[in-house]
Amino acid sequence: MSLTQYIFWFLSFLALMSSLMVVFTKNAVYSVLCLIITFFAIAGHYLLLNAQFLAAVHIIVYAGAIMVLFLYVIMMLNQNKDTEPKKHPYLMVISVIAAGLLMLTMVGTVKSAELPGSTIADAQVGTIEKLGQVLFTDFLLPFEVSSILFLAAMVGAVYLSKNKLQS
Amino acid sequence: MDPLLFKAILVVAVFGITLIVALYSTFGERKIAAVMQDRVGPNRAGPFGLLQPLADGIKMFMKQELIPSVSNKWLFIIGPCIAMLTACMTGVVIPWGGSLTFGDQVFELQIADLNIGILYLFGVVSLGVYGIMIGGWASNNKFSLIGAIRASSQMISYEIAMGMAIIALVMSTGTLSLKEIVMQQDAGLANIVYQPLGFLIFLVCAFAETNRAPFDLPECETELIGGYHTEYSSLKLGFYLFAEYINMFISSAVIVSFYFGGYNFPFQHELGLDGNLLTIVQTLVFFGKIFFFVFFFMWVRWTIPRFRYDQLMHLGWKVLLPLALFNIFATGLVMWGMGKL
Amino acid sequence: MLTNRSKQVVKKEMTIMEKAYLPAIFSGMLITFKHIFMKKATIRYPEQVREFAPVYRGQHVLKLDEAGAERCTACGLCAVACPAEAITMVAEERKKGEENLYREEKYASTYEINMLRCIFCGLCEEACPKEAIFLTDRIVPSTFERDEFIYGKDKLVETIDQKVDVTKRQTPEVLEFKKDKKHKHNRTFLDRVLKPSSKH
Repeated sequence: MSLTQYIFWFLSFLALMSSLMVVFTKNAVYSVLCLIITFFAIAGHYLLLNAQFLAAVHIIVYAGAIMVLFLYVIMMLNQNKDTEPKKHPYLMVISVIAAGLLMLTMVGTVKSAELPGSTIADAQVGTIEKLGQVLFTDFLLPFEVSSILFLAAMVGAVYLSKNKLQS
Repeated sequence: MDPLLFKAILVVAVFGITLIVALYSTFGERKIAAVMQDRVGPNRAGPFGLLQPLADGIKMFMKQELIPSVSNKWLFIIGPCIAMLTACMTGVVIPWGGSLTFGDQVFELQIADLNIGILYLFGVVSLGVYGIMIGGWASNNKFSLIGAIRASSQMISYEIAMGMAIIALVMSTGTLSLKEIVMQQDAGLANIVYQPLGFLIFLVCAFAETNRAPFDLPECETELIGGYHTEYSSLKLGFYLFAEYINMFISSAVIVSFYFGGYNFPFQHELGLDGNLLTIVQTLVFFGKIFFFVFFFMWVRWTIPRFRYDQLMHLGWKVLLPLALFNIFATGLVMWGMGKL
Repeated sequence: MLTNRSKQVVKKEMTIMEKAYLPAIFSGMLITFKHIFMKKATIRYPEQVREFAPVYRGQHVLKLDEAGAERCTACGLCAVACPAEAITMVAEERKKGEENLYREEKYASTYEINMLRCIFCGLCEEACPKEAIFLTDRIVPSTFERDEFIYGKDKLVETIDQKVDVTKRQTPEVLEFKKDKKHKHNRTFLDRVLKPSSKH
């Protein structure tokens, strides 16, 4: 095995173990910290695929911003056994179904996808210049649509907070 | 010389210099605070008190190490480690000078010239808050927790304005590599000429990201005892304090590289200096610029009082963020007008 | 409104220049920068000593007379005058052959001042009818233990070869003041018997 493969296996192991830990730890703060480790492992995978930009953005956005907010919220909450709301068994069924559907979709995608093999034809495939060109030519519409999604989320957040202030 | 060996030497040198500069920043901080308040400052240990940082370091080592029994021991230890790690990691992408030539080999005075240098920097800076958050939460102390929560919301708020300021810079330079940015400023003018507003926003955000006064609400002695490091003692406390000074040094280096020409100085090619000699002079000039900004950080600390929390949020979200957006817009307009787009 | 100095506080809207804060910040930074070059107020103590007032009240001394005998007669007036109750003493009768050591027939076998209690007011000095105790311009040194601050005769009595100069404290005005019997601590035992104070 080459060094790259060793790193790949190590990162995969790390990602899987830490994501399992996210689910199985009792303490919510540990879950968040494990999730951060998962993100780092995935960023490492991106680097192996020569997608430096994606790796950096992954760290900045997920580990650096979103997880900080998660941690922020969890630290603010008083997480006791007594304050935990009773879950309806109904919910459990629904969540199992939802997770199963997600898994089906994933399996379907992976199965139908054509893997081009481990050879990367172009070393520059993951750099910013290439990514920018592709993003602003071939995928311009999805790119702009996703920004509208964010706008909608922002408007929703503002609306929710304003609504609470008035009442 | 083996390139790998040179890289190893460079890494050790950068690490060592960073630590020494941080060590003497603590001394400089006290000295500057003193002279600005018409005092003398530390002058007992060694000539002019120059051995004071060593004495402080030894004191930190010798002090009793306390881990609160109700704290989360692992995270309590990991907190300062993360703070120190992220502080030291940022020095990697900074170009400390031009290149040295030995025989026919050329060595760049930069540890790694990443083509996503700015993003790397930004990513590491955004991770810096974890050291404070984890340490503050693991202490199991309300003051620490408040400090940690303040730190996280402050960092998140100012990171956005900082990123926006950098975007305008990236637009005008057209690259994410720090080396490239510095080289461009050798050919043309320093970026401060093109991005004065961006510089101002970046500077304010740098103060907030390093938790320096007037943005030192996470530690905030008058309200929170010590903030996130209330429960820390001995070397772990030293790590936190030290990380702050390293951050200050590195952010000064970043400000200089981004906006003040990095290691370049005016008329450097007219001096007729030999290649290696010029590189050394450039590095010295770079450090001179950095030390000015370190001094500036301290100067501001001993001038401006701390913000109130709502003022902090107001400044971050309602002043700096719109200003940064306007800056991007204006930069775009000017570039379009000049036909650079 | 008694003094006509009260000032109505107005909260006026800030101008744009004031709202930008930057001019204010720069002027503030200019002020701190100017202070770098100003004269330092610090006195570097062990090398450089602050000028003492001629009547500085520091560590006490128990004086000897010209022949080298202790002036103190253990009358206890200093202890009575002391507002902090820092002085304690044990009186003893002078034996034969000790005339060169003690001036009066009664003397203090122990004389202790607790320097932690002492407020250095100088009332003991004013009360002393024998001019035996004086405050000097010496500073009481710091130590680590509390009991080291209780000064006995070994630390208080001056030696014959190292007399402490207290002439600065014995100005004519001071000596004149000491005769003023209006003040309780200036009265000797005899004065009290003859003219008891109105309080008692």
